[in-house]
Amino acid sequence: MELKSTKDAYGEALLKFGADNSIVVLDADLSVSTQTNKFAKQYPERFFNVGCAEQNLIGVAAGLAIAGKTSFASTYAIFSNRAWEQIRNTVAYDNLNVKIAVSHAGLTNGPDGASHQSLEDIALMRVIPNMRVIVPVDAVETEKVVKTEISNPGPAYIRLNRVKTPIIFDDSYDFVSGKAVLLHEGVDLAIISTGTMVYEALDASKKLKEENVNACVLNIHTIKPIDKDAIIKVAKETGAVITAEEHNIYGGLGGAVAEILAENYPVPVKMIGVKDTFGESGEYRELLEKYCLTSNHIVKSAKAMLEKMR
Amino acid sequence: MGNIRDMDTFKIIEEKAKIIRKHVVNMIYEASSGHPGGSLSCVDILTTLYFHTMYHNPLDPEWADRDRFILSKGHAAPTLYAILAEAGYFPIENLSSLRRIGSMLQGHPNSKVPGVEVSSGSLGQGLSIASGLALAGKLDKKAYRVYTLLGDGECDEGQVWEAAMLAAHYKLDNLVAIVDRNGLQIDGSTEKIMRLEPIAGKWGAFGWHAIEIDGNKIAEITAAIDEAKSIRGRPTAIIAHTFKGKGISFMEWINAFHGRALSKEEREIALKELSE
Repeated sequence: MELKSTKDAYGEALLKFGADNSIVVLDADLSVSTQTNKFAKQYPERFFNVGCAEQNLIGVAAGLAIAGKTSFASTYAIFSNRAWEQIRNTVAYDNLNVKIAVSHAGLTNGPDGASHQSLEDIALMRVIPNMRVIVPVDAVETEKVVKTEISNPGPAYIRLNRVKTPIIFDDSYDFVSGKAVLLHEGVDLAIISTGTMVYEALDASKKLKEENVNACVLNIHTIKPIDKDAIIKVAKETGAVITAEEHNIYGGLGGAVAEILAENYPVPVKMIGVKDTFGESGEYRELLEKYCLTSNHIVKSAKAMLEKMR
Repeated sequence: MGNIRDMDTFKIIEEKAKIIRKHVVNMIYEASSGHPGGSLSCVDILTTLYFHTMYHNPLDPEWADRDRFILSKGHAAPTLYAILAEAGYFPIENLSSLRRIGSMLQGHPNSKVPGVEVSSGSLGQGLSIASGLALAGKLDKKAYRVYTLLGDGECDEGQVWEAAMLAAHYKLDNLVAIVDRNGLQIDGSTEKIMRLEPIAGKWGAFGWHAIEIDGNKIAEITAAIDEAKSIRGRPTAIIAHTFKGKGISFMEWINAFHGRALSKEEREIALKELSE
């Protein structure tokens, strides 16, 4: 299976679609890591490095957007959160065309440790009105997200990864912003996941199948605005939901799904995520193992959940 | 030295500034809340910008070639609204709806108001946004100029200096930052709360052309703005020394008026003084 990081796909997508003169790209001294350096090399006049100054990154991107540009502002996910208030009060409040495309999200910045990992950002962005929150699964989806966002005015937070992850879609994949994708059908329980965890969810569904458990897998690439109907539908069809994300169990995808189900169709929900703690240094796979974010953990939770419901 | 025609112009702007001050007094009185001190200190600067300096069209607020203004010290919103109304962006009658529920005129500038480029109010952000606009102007080879007004207390914000570095680095000579140097911030004197001096030296050290003026004198404001137009390769910072509450004797330099409305009696006296 081909592997590629979503931030590499982002850098390539900017280059691919970057001929459009209205696109500007900004970075805060991390252009090699975020891969905006590819765009910078091809279109130096439309690339602005602001130095390591994230609040200014967002403000300058906003000013360019007011002047009619489509601004892509990139840094690490965690450091973009430093400008949360600028994102709220300027970008989102005025509904500006600023795409905050951030890399090294979740635990994917493994060895750098907790200070450089981002496990709270989905929650932080999800509570801001006007903000779209998008977590692409793989390189193919990332390119389609970038393309879609270029022609979709308004603020968006695009959460990207450092590590190479499996490519699960092919080019024929039809990405629709805000529309969940059913990747695997099943009636026994639903695994609702996002980003890197979608692959783990698919793997879990295969393992469950071997034990005669049919799990459906729903990819929520757009956490906001979320595909409410798709979530209610799988809850109705299965009666049991597991959410899986590389994020704190509070306020992220799990929270969003629970909000919808609690109000519309309450079923048992088990949330898989980082259990309200900071990360630490380690190789990515080691961290996934330690923080219980692998397909095996999903399988274990699924069986325990079904057992309890029996 | 101004010629006679200039002096006539200055007189007209001074008269306009008086009208703006009356609006500000009335608006904050009627709203029962707001920031009269810092709204009054910058009246002369904003009146000069909108009625003398800037190319803009109230009938076409989105005109692509307009000069841009960003009120980074958003708590002076009443002054901006009064000026926009006087300039013809929206009816003067709307001014009395300031801070009322359902009103277009929010307590701090909102971009839904015709003529307001961007929402503001949270300090420290306007210079970054103005820098983005100035970068876009350069990129698009437009002749428009970008002005922004910062409070002096606002210069405590780190983001101001992030943006100051950027504007100098990108040689944004189409950008002018005016600092309303009224010397007071909410908790007291700026020099007591968080020393700013030498403030002009700071801007200079960041690569800006810095000018210090009396920010309540129209002639000095226009001269500084003209000087800024002649500077190539770097942005200009105008440190405009002003009086908080300027124009109303019992409010000048009194910090209690940073964030409280005038009483009925105070309004009467203020309006009388402004009519003299």
